Amino acid sequence: MIPAQFDYVAAESTAHALGLLAEHGDDAKLLAGGHSLLPMMKLRLAQPEILIDIGGLTELAGVSLTGAELVVGATTRHADLAASELVRAEAPLLAYAASQVGDPQIRHRGTIGGSLSHADPAADLPMALVALGGSVELQGPGGSRTVSADDFFQGFFETAMQPDELLTAVRVPRRPGVPWGYQKFVRRANDWAIVGVAAVDGRIALANMGPKPVRATAVEEALAGGASPAEAARHAADGTSPGEDMHADREYRRHLARVLTRRALEHETG
Amino acid sequence: MSILGTRVLRTEDPKFLTSGGVYTEDVVDDRLDGACHVFFVRSPLAHARINSVDVSAALEAPGVVAVYTGADLADLAPIPPSAAGLINTEMQQRLLATDKTRFVGEPVAAVVTEHPYQGEDAIELVSVDYEALPAVLGFDPSDDSLLYEAAGTNVAGYWGDASSLNPELFDGCEVVVKETIINQRVAPAPMETRAAAAVWGEDGRLTAWIPNQGAQGTKAELAKLLGIDESLVRVITPDVGGAFGAKFGADPEHVVTAWVARRLGRPARWTETRYENLIAMTHGRAQQHTVTIGGSRDGNVQAYRLEIVQDAGAYPRIGAVLPMLTILMTTGPYDIPKAESVAKVVVTTTTPIGAYRGAGRPEATAAIERAIDLFAAEIGADPADVRRKNLLAPFTEPHRTAFGALYDTGDYVAALDKALDAAGYAELRKEQAQRRASGDIRQLGIGVASYVEITGMGDGEGTPPQENATVEVHPDGTATILTGTSPHGQGHATAWAMIASEELGIPIDKITLKWGDTDLIPEGGGTGGSRSLQQGGAAVQQAAQELIELARLRAAAQLEANAADLVFDKSRSAFNVAGDPDASVPLTQLAENERLLIRTVFSQPGATFPFGTHVAVVEVDTETGKTSLRRVITVDDAGTILNPLLAEGQRHGGIGQGAAQAFLEEVVYDEDGNPLTTSFADYPIVSATEVPSFELADMATPTTYNPLGAKGIGEAGSIGSTPAVQNAVVDAVAHLGVRHIDMPVTSRRVWQALQAAQPGSEQ
Amino acid sequence: MTQIELTVNGEKRSDEVEPRLLLVHYLREVLGLRAANVGCDTTSCGACTVLLDGKSVKSCTVLAVQASGHEVTTAEGLSADGELHPVQAAFRQNHGLQCGFCTPGMVMAAVGLLSENPHPTETQVREGLEGNLCRCTGYHNIIRAVLAAADAEQTSTTGTDAEVAA
Repeated sequence: MIPAQFDYVAAESTAHALGLLAEHGDDAKLLAGGHSLLPMMKLRLAQPEILIDIGGLTELAGVSLTGAELVVGATTRHADLAASELVRAEAPLLAYAASQVGDPQIRHRGTIGGSLSHADPAADLPMALVALGGSVELQGPGGSRTVSADDFFQGFFETAMQPDELLTAVRVPRRPGVPWGYQKFVRRANDWAIVGVAAVDGRIALANMGPKPVRATAVEEALAGGASPAEAARHAADGTSPGEDMHADREYRRHLARVLTRRALEHETG
Repeated sequence: MSILGTRVLRTEDPKFLTSGGVYTEDVVDDRLDGACHVFFVRSPLAHARINSVDVSAALEAPGVVAVYTGADLADLAPIPPSAAGLINTEMQQRLLATDKTRFVGEPVAAVVTEHPYQGEDAIELVSVDYEALPAVLGFDPSDDSLLYEAAGTNVAGYWGDASSLNPELFDGCEVVVKETIINQRVAPAPMETRAAAAVWGEDGRLTAWIPNQGAQGTKAELAKLLGIDESLVRVITPDVGGAFGAKFGADPEHVVTAWVARRLGRPARWTETRYENLIAMTHGRAQQHTVTIGGSRDGNVQAYRLEIVQDAGAYPRIGAVLPMLTILMTTGPYDIPKAESVAKVVVTTTTPIGAYRGAGRPEATAAIERAIDLFAAEIGADPADVRRKNLLAPFTEPHRTAFGALYDTGDYVAALDKALDAAGYAELRKEQAQRRASGDIRQLGIGVASYVEITGMGDGEGTPPQENATVEVHPDGTATILTGTSPHGQGHATAWAMIASEELGIPIDKITLKWGDTDLIPEGGGTGGSRSLQQGGAAVQQAAQELIELARLRAAAQLEANAADLVFDKSRSAFNVAGDPDASVPLTQLAENERLLIRTVFSQPGATFPFGTHVAVVEVDTETGKTSLRRVITVDDAGTILNPLLAEGQRHGGIGQGAAQAFLEEVVYDEDGNPLTTSFADYPIVSATEVPSFELADMATPTTYNPLGAKGIGEAGSIGSTPAVQNAVVDAVAHLGVRHIDMPVTSRRVWQALQAAQPGSEQ
Repeated sequence: MTQIELTVNGEKRSDEVEPRLLLVHYLREVLGLRAANVGCDTTSCGACTVLLDGKSVKSCTVLAVQASGHEVTTAEGLSADGELHPVQAAFRQNHGLQCGFCTPGMVMAAVGLLSENPHPTETQVREGLEGNLCRCTGYHNIIRAVLAAADAEQTSTTGTDAEVAA
């Protein structure tokens, strides 16, 4: 219930934060909204020696457009992302995914950068980013690099981020007016998805069907080959390795993936 | 105009809404200055011998004042099992596990720190050498691994057994259906976890603040377990953030906290985390039911058998004897010519089972309501019609069942018909038929459950159920009530004030209720078993009436008139000579020279039996198995209603909890006895999005057992809703071949049932 | 130890705190504002809900150090001059509380909800309160209270609660 002791510093700039990360490496964790990290720390599943608070860095928040992409600052809160007229117009799936995270209080604090770098395979935003074919901007001591969503999520709570890197922005292709679908199957409000599906523009991503968000490539190929949503969705579980827990065994998860993929392809939200 | 029966807003609310309730963790008191904080090291294993406990590292940690183990408490007697005559007496619990631990979460050591944040750091440093033993789980645990070697068995007790059963019970029945049903383990999970604050005075007396459901019972338990005379214990009850049956008496942690305060000579405080609450507060239900129901093809139920196995958890607390109440209510509201019921109690390496909203009675209702639906399905009849056919006819003289329950008043068919009418039952069946015909993915399910339940049953030791109250009128125009009940959300401060106000003519905002301080109120039965209004409220009424009679004598003297010639005018709260309003004296004035108070005990002839019918309407997504609860319509007849606002609130809360057991909640253990539902992220207490607004229909069949005409209503809502919702979900997919789904009817269970009923079809 | 400066219920505060001190414990133990309660370990129950810069947050999952430079409003800070805030009044009018443990958090969440959506539907109220758990009321009267508060704000009542007539 109470985190183990740690040191705390409020970063004064992105450069300051990077310097601290370089100095402390694995002993440090970044703190923005804290709604992925602090729950872990309160259960003592994470015990960093030092927290670097980037929550006050306004340069890392906000939404803007460049050419073909929507750019979302890493410390943009879920509630702001969900309410953004710009995001709802250009990447409505992203706004919707943000609106489904946790509950209103959590959405007032949690940030997209925090959620993505936490990389919970059952979470909304990682799945959404993979479906959208977006990417993340990482800044490190050597400069910045862009990593595609497909490459960013590497395993169970594991990303391509190095300990001395900071996620500064998220980029998604602009798709105004393109139909999309989103399915989040939960037992009860506020839960993480037992299985989740996000679909847009021929790309489908699944949550909680493996250690990271899974691209339903067999479904995508079927669609590209002219299959109907119902036919294509039959392949939703292909190539997935769903886990078992008290909510669902593998067989039920595979079944849900198929049903929910069909519904997402029919542009339903639920 | 009478205030009784009106929707009076709660006088307690402004405080709760602004500065907040003062729960045990909030208590600020000079006597608790400098308190140390108690934390528990808990067993991570379901079953193990404890070889040694090494506290040396913990003692070195910052802020640690002391660390205690079972050895330090060796001179305190263990907690005996409930109802020792019925339960194997070897099955005792030590306050801190000493030789063995028998469930994950059992307290093994107590770490005491200066500041609360230091405790969680320090408990990690206590090192316990456990020798793991096989877990013992399920309703038919083998005796290969014994929780209590001295007991020689994992069976804690019996009420009847196979030899008590009549093998010919179902002879002559055209149809017989048998099913094994699980009434699953749930967690009471009140929003306020358990806590304690304790200090010993220089006079050698303990003062303990503990959230409880009856301070007098908690005091007795504390004294017994501390090995001291009851006169040395004072329990004070702060505001209590919900209890639901699990805050009676005293748990080991309360006792240890008090012991620590005595040992260290300074106040001690304890508050558990939600994790601890979900694994170490007693759980509820955990019964297995084998039901056999038989009757004629045209719908007459002729015989019913209920075989119960109660999983008592590791230590037989009150949960171990709840089957007695289940047996008592075996046939519920039905007129079944032949019925029998037996129960076996087993111990397992899990959290002990205690009382939980309904405590033994919801289990009986859930079993027979499932059985009635199974019977109806077997004969192809409408489940409401089968109920109507078999419910007891209305009665106004008490009706004794074959199981020894004496139902006071009841009109079960009227309740059924009223609920069905309010639900629009015929329309619902039409809509269901349409959806079935069109093969709609979202199918409609309608579930019905009729129930009768026992409330205010007394202590079961021969004395009639009773409660005391003291009412005092003060010269300044105010009044005080002392009650033996123990509200924790039920609104007694308002309700008892209404009752007193009605008799005394004093407005409710001038009437203060006190409870829960054993120095002020040495006797009382607390609040549970839905007893408070019928006995506690009736006691307040009786005390107020007796006070008026006492006051009448004083008024007569003062007015120099005959007492018989005086009238008490409630609208003025004054006595006057009949026909001469100016010859009057206010009630409060009669308290000026001598205190004006009465203490009385109200006794009731027996328990009362509220009853009703719940109708639940669900939509089941037949592709995913997910259930949406659309409507719950209830009739809960608890006799005359004192304050409809409060009564409705009790019904709402009961419906929410009852429905949650049906389709959401379950305490889950893995095969090694590790609990998996150890947080509110895993244990799904219902949120506002899972339940609809409820539809309450009113019906009031008064009891003659108390002048208020009141039966208990606190638990009724949770008794009817659980089977109504379960039946509804099964009903939604019955046309697809599903006969039964165990609770909680999760989407996975529904989907699996559909797969089993229609194998090979991809839904 | 870290120095924090913040405003709580309109009053400026300056304190030195451990970095790991949760905002809810800062409010309760340092400031004595104990209306917000701790009901769980997993940011699930919302009994600790307060407003941070006018937005509802779960104060058990905010470090006190994170609140430095910001404004916090608790249930104690809602009512002014002894008069109940309209949402508090509506909870009383509609029997939206029983044991009261979830109530301050529920009220703050409702205040936050109505500030963002002044005229919610019943479904929006239920979804808006999905982060606040109650074990006593079955939510029925809580929902009525929030809808009533929304109506009351619309018709601009003074927010005083009236005794109900018999």
